[in-house]
Amino acid sequence: MLRLEKRPTPSRFWLYATPPAAVILTMIAGGTLFAAMGKAPLEVIRTIFWDPIFGEFAFYLRGQLLVKAGPLILIAIGLALGFRAGIWNIGAEGQYIMGAIFGASVGLAVFPTESRWIFSVMVVSGAFGGWVWAMIPAILKTRFNTNEILVSLMLVYVAETILAKASTGFLKNPEGMGFPGSRNFSSYPAARNDFIYEPLGLHWGGVAALVTAVLAFILLTRHQVGFQIRLAGQAPRAARFHGINPARLVVLCMGISGALAGMAGLFEVTGPAGQISIDFNTGYGFTAIIVAFLGRLNPLGIVLAGFLMALTYVGGEMASTNLGLPDAAIQVFQGMLLFFLLAVDVLTNYRFRLAVGARA
Amino acid sequence: MDLGGINPVVLIATLMASAVPILLAALGETVVERAGVLNLGVEGMMVIGALGGFVVAVQTGSPVLGFIGGAVAGAALSLIFALLTQAFLANQVATGLALTLFGLGVSSLGGQGYNGIKPPPTGQLLPDALADLPVVGPIVFGHDWVVYFSIAMTAVLWWVLKSTRIGLIIRAVGESHEAAHALGYKVNRIRLGCIAFGGAMAGMGGAYVSLARVPQWVDGITAGAGWIALAIVVFASWKPWRVLIGAYLFGGITVLQLNLQVAGSGIPVEYLSMAPYLITILVLVIMSAGRKANGAPAALGQNFHASR
Repeated sequence: MLRLEKRPTPSRFWLYATPPAAVILTMIAGGTLFAAMGKAPLEVIRTIFWDPIFGEFAFYLRGQLLVKAGPLILIAIGLALGFRAGIWNIGAEGQYIMGAIFGASVGLAVFPTESRWIFSVMVVSGAFGGWVWAMIPAILKTRFNTNEILVSLMLVYVAETILAKASTGFLKNPEGMGFPGSRNFSSYPAARNDFIYEPLGLHWGGVAALVTAVLAFILLTRHQVGFQIRLAGQAPRAARFHGINPARLVVLCMGISGALAGMAGLFEVTGPAGQISIDFNTGYGFTAIIVAFLGRLNPLGIVLAGFLMALTYVGGEMASTNLGLPDAAIQVFQGMLLFFLLAVDVLTNYRFRLAVGARA
Repeated sequence: MDLGGINPVVLIATLMASAVPILLAALGETVVERAGVLNLGVEGMMVIGALGGFVVAVQTGSPVLGFIGGAVAGAALSLIFALLTQAFLANQVATGLALTLFGLGVSSLGGQGYNGIKPPPTGQLLPDALADLPVVGPIVFGHDWVVYFSIAMTAVLWWVLKSTRIGLIIRAVGESHEAAHALGYKVNRIRLGCIAFGGAMAGMGGAYVSLARVPQWVDGITAGAGWIALAIVVFASWKPWRVLIGAYLFGGITVLQLNLQVAGSGIPVEYLSMAPYLITILVLVIMSAGRKANGAPAALGQNFHASR
């Protein structure tokens, strides 16, 4: 009979080995799933994980990786700060939408003015939009002890209806011949999120993501606030004795994650998406939760995890066009990845022991 | 009698039916949380149940088998959660979220080819003679069997949790798993049973959406009902009868806003359709304000590892 035994200290080996182990297990389970759907499993897995980097169209697809990874990394880093402190912001998708709406509104309000400041102001108002949306659950949590998981999630549905209203109503393109959706930012240079270096897919969102990762790493490992975040998550009682104000931490962590998600939304809507439309959001806010865990809630790990998840998106699209793999299969695949990660994670803190004979 | 184009008798009768999915799911989750487990995967289990129920009902032509199929599908998905949290001691919040993401993916994968099909109808249980009575007819006698089942389950769970030995054990496990373990109860096995029960209830609730409420299959058909069920458990302070009240209040708001949309009240449709979510938030605030623990089971969300 196998028994679990708690390790005296967490295993350093498994701390770093669990994400690769989870990826391998997911490939095996996913391959089985693809085989069950009548697809050649090795071919699908090669299309998802190999072709976007080294295949025939890699020159184009490699750029797509950072385009997809950027928003995921940006959102996941914010979420990870909160998750570290035991603050569960699940509504990043809503903050992402509100950031996009706030930022785009500012840009569209001054259309067609040309000024180099417009885009910067839009980024700031995008971050502000996400921050405002995250402050609702944060303040309800600190003032009324309301569960932030449920409130932030409800606000996603509210944000989605506001998005529908924006794209059919107050942000609708006046020259759009009645079609829903805002003006397209690609024809408005001052507000456009251009590629800085196209072969790598680097736009301002990618820059922001990478800079944020470094800043967040420094914050967590070298700064007093990072220490407070980690302490509050691991030992809430000890944190209170240390004089850490839990309410301030909630406001801070929710605020940072909301602002980052809002910025991600703005970069997306002015760049890859191009316009506010009913479904410009593609669920990055939810996938970022997987990215945060896959990166072990560590900013540098999240960068790697973001690229891996982007790979499943880009490769998944390839597999869908070339091999007819349904889009939903990729969603299942991403879900499996998180399951395996959570399961393998037990090895960090526990070890399996063979219990000899019958013990009570 | 019409009030602004809305008939109150019809309103009450419809809200009872529209509350069934969240009522069933929230009742299941109440048991799970009373055992100290926070399963945030309700939405995923509901949507899997909606698909499972739909597929079984369409294939067999029997809606009753469909509801059983939905319950089995929900319970099967919940076993993944049980395995991860009870055997591998994974974080319950993260695992629950993963369960929702996974359930939504699996259901939209498995549901391909079921779009645009009509499931066999779930008819009214009692004869027309009773259902046609004025006022009481539609409200008391005019429902299908699942509505009565959901009310009966409320009563049964209230009784089980309050006055039976099993209920006592479940509550002990949820309040202090250390003490329950010391008394000789298998904490993780009891929790596994509760999680599977919660999954079956959520799956059945989901099946009611695809078999009776909508009734057809579309991707993401539950549209956040699972999250609202979770909110209702908090609203209800983990008590079955209050879950019923919460679900009916919520069902009432949903039906009312739909009726207002149809009646053309002049309020923009978008504001009406966000009303249920805003009101859920408002209710959560009122319920949690001013109290520290608001009756939550003491060991809620904590994993148990028997070191001795």
